[in-house]
Amino acid sequence: MSKNTRTILICSGKGGVGKTTLTANLGIALANSGATTAVLDADFGLRNLDLLLGLENRIIYTAQDVLDKNCRLDQALVRHKKEPNLALLPAGDPRMLDWMKPEDMKKISDMLSEKFDFVLVDCPAGVEDGFKNALAACKEAIVVTNPELSAVRDADRVIGILNTSDIEPIQLVINRVRPNMMASQEMLSIDDVQGILSLPLLGIVLEDEQVIISTNRGEPLTLTDGRSPAKKCYLNVSQRLTGTDVPIIDPKNEGKSLKDKFMRLMQTKVF
Amino acid sequence: MTLRDLINKLLGRETASANTARERLQLVLAHDRVDMSSLTTDLLDKMRKEILDVVAKYVEIDFEEVAVSLETEDRMTALVANLPIKRTVSGEIKFKNNNEKNDKDIKK
Repeated sequence: MSKNTRTILICSGKGGVGKTTLTANLGIALANSGATTAVLDADFGLRNLDLLLGLENRIIYTAQDVLDKNCRLDQALVRHKKEPNLALLPAGDPRMLDWMKPEDMKKISDMLSEKFDFVLVDCPAGVEDGFKNALAACKEAIVVTNPELSAVRDADRVIGILNTSDIEPIQLVINRVRPNMMASQEMLSIDDVQGILSLPLLGIVLEDEQVIISTNRGEPLTLTDGRSPAKKCYLNVSQRLTGTDVPIIDPKNEGKSLKDKFMRLMQTKVF
Repeated sequence: MTLRDLINKLLGRETASANTARERLQLVLAHDRVDMSSLTTDLLDKMRKEILDVVAKYVEIDFEEVAVSLETEDRMTALVANLPIKRTVSGEIKFKNNNEKNDKDIKK
């Protein structure tokens, strides 16, 4: 391989915790920082990455056509107009799941590695073949979870499998964090989740309505001008991923209202 | 204990749900992680019986109070057995004690 490409698996076990949203936002943020970045939708059954990036109408060829040699890789890649450093390789037909092997996925990621600095692989939910194929294509992993029982449990199973592979480093992103609920101890804390899963924490993402709005529009938050809590977090994760030494956003400092301050007081250790 | 926990305790209210979540999670993960290393519940039951058989050869155990469980910390799972002893087989009667098994001086 000609370049020192970082191929990163973005996985969670459980569905709906924010893998695809993280992939899209991180992809844009990395591309914006100057790194050529490819995002690969490895969720052949239920593809969505194209929607989040607003690229669904521009897909002509897919990863399947590349493997079948119906087209060159260049033809299948969909470049983002507003962020030319970013390209999407769309997922093929769900029927690909029947014949796809880890080697096929490896072939695709090797091809992408020749052209890009970062390859982000949006992994399907579950721990079955789709996950194992995606795993074969990557050298590092980001495990996304929510501070909820079911999400943490599923993340633990995924980490168990990752630990038996060559993937390194495996880092954690805790998504959909609600500072108020954490302050009133009605939500597992960052320390709880990190302690249970025993992974280095890459970052957290705050719960934010803007995420839904940006998905409606097909414009990831990191692409928009406005300020929003989740955008700040995605940028933080992106910086930390590229080795910039910035502290992780602390949910304790995020609530600014009097109620938040009171909740913090209530967390004071008395004995 | 936090200020909030203290107030809840004084008012006799339920503790915050994050604590419950943490405890439930730790328990379920302990089982999941053991499952993954192919130690099934069946095996655990078998093991529990055999451990009790061995211990029962030497001391009389309070079977009502026996607890064998799996506990996990930092992805390390430990088998924790709590076997309260009623008396030794030789007839020496002792306090039912959970933790301090060397406590031989105290006799009923």
